[in-house]
Amino acid sequence: MADEATRKIVSQIPLLKTNSGPRDKELWVQRLREEYLSLIKYVENNKAADNDWFRLESNKEGTRWFGKCWYIHELLKYEFDMEFDIPVTYPATAPEVAIPELDGKTAKMYRGGKICLTDHFKPLWARNVPKFGLAHLMALGLGPWLAVEIPDLISKGIIQHKEQQGS
Amino acid sequence: MATAEELKLRIRELENELIKCKQHRSQEDLQTPVFRPKIEKMSAEVLDSNPYSRLMALKRMGIVEDYEKIRSFAVAVVGVGGVGSVTAEMLTRCGIGKLLLFDYDKVELANMNRLFFQPHQAGLSKVEAAEHTLRSINPDVIFETHNYNITTVDNFTHFMDRISNGGLQEGKSVDLVLSCVDNFEARMAINTACNELGQTWLESGVSENAVSGHIQLIIPGETACFACAPPLVVAANIDEKTLKRDGVCAASLPTTMGVIAGILVQNVLKYLLRFGTVSFYLGYNAMQDFFPTMTMKANPQCDDRHCRRQQEEYKKKEAERPKPEVVEEEEEVVHEENEWGIELVSEITAAELQDASGPKPDLPEGITVAYTIPNKDGEVNSEETVEETDQSLEELMAQMKKL
Repeated sequence: MADEATRKIVSQIPLLKTNSGPRDKELWVQRLREEYLSLIKYVENNKAADNDWFRLESNKEGTRWFGKCWYIHELLKYEFDMEFDIPVTYPATAPEVAIPELDGKTAKMYRGGKICLTDHFKPLWARNVPKFGLAHLMALGLGPWLAVEIPDLISKGIIQHKEQQGS
Repeated sequence: MATAEELKLRIRELENELIKCKQHRSQEDLQTPVFRPKIEKMSAEVLDSNPYSRLMALKRMGIVEDYEKIRSFAVAVVGVGGVGSVTAEMLTRCGIGKLLLFDYDKVELANMNRLFFQPHQAGLSKVEAAEHTLRSINPDVIFETHNYNITTVDNFTHFMDRISNGGLQEGKSVDLVLSCVDNFEARMAINTACNELGQTWLESGVSENAVSGHIQLIIPGETACFACAPPLVVAANIDEKTLKRDGVCAASLPTTMGVIAGILVQNVLKYLLRFGTVSFYLGYNAMQDFFPTMTMKANPQCDDRHCRRQQEEYKKKEAERPKPEVVEEEEEVVHEENEWGIELVSEITAAELQDASGPKPDLPEGITVAYTIPNKDGEVNSEETVEETDQSLEELMAQMKKL
């Protein structure tokens, strides 16, 4: 599935218990609470390991999520807005994370800036329904994507550091 | 200050606007001779001016009993891309009663390796562009278009409503839903809707490497739904290690997509007009020109509770139906001679077998599952799951914000 380091990080993210999607009323609130608990723990772990790399928040129904993610390359921080909707079939299917500002800049994206995950992600997610949540999506989906794509985009000169671009 | 890139973009925007204006004008010109008037009743007369003569000939030849019936059906096409647009065109040319088109995407120049859409339509929504072309081909068809993503909560509710009420007569359900989408999430959304509504649908797909595809008939409760087993795929006999994925998400060919659309609509016609036999699952392996088929029963342990409910109802219905006593004797296929020494060999390598960490359904040669899921290992160790807290959702949201 992933390298040893990622495996260790993922093993420290609390698993979820409630198998419930956004069309369920009360059970969805329960699932959302678990999502937040798991995300908070993951961000805290990241901070403790000096590897803080994203923030995420949702609308009050928990159906639309948005936030920031960043990647440090040669001591410079590259920050991007991200967003995604919770599909009606969640958690059976994972949300499609989008970074709209990178749309059209890399081939590893679908329309609208949705990141293209590896072949390994879908089977991995399917095998872990409903235990995996949004924190796992970050750790196993967006994180590895940024680690591969951002250095590549920088080296090709497709993205520049915001302060160096001049405003 | 505008850069060259920005100016180029602006030019494209303006070009698109111009196209839209032109199309609006041509819509006003609907009565001009370029567009034929509506035809009240399908005629079998063999005339150069009769668009239905070759279709009605199917009746005379004894292939189809009642071809005119095609006009009484409403079909929903979800996803109007490489497969969906061609599917919609075929059904339009066949004279289907009503088409409902769902897609949230826009036409792009990157779509031009596929059929149907044309470069001047770039920038228009796919459903809008498709409706315009299709209406000019056959004004007898009723079109209803929806430009949205069906997987979000609000749109999904509307989608379900149109499936159950968008038939030829408002308030009646559509006759068939066709899935021509390109992603797992949308397929699962269609599956969820059709299981809840008991709506029969046909799933179709082309693989991301463009050299295989499939169609699958799903009758809720009777045949396996999309969630009953991991996604089925046609084995393409390509060594995964030699498949280069760097820098691309998906490849596509107009040929494979055309073949799949053709097979899909062929089965739609057979299903609606009751001729021939409808395939439950038909795969297409373009590398070897191999077409595996199979049927798969619904899984009693399916994760979708509406699938399980439909299975119960189907069982009840089957039990009530009087069974004709038929004793089928299966003839064993024996090849007397085999002078060329032909034998069947397994297509699965040892490595692939090892990767399968869960039980694999019994599938015929040439069809496999995208992945396997190990049997549920029961309770998860409580140390690994989220801790119970008294904090409300609002408190947790606030805590997350403060981090």
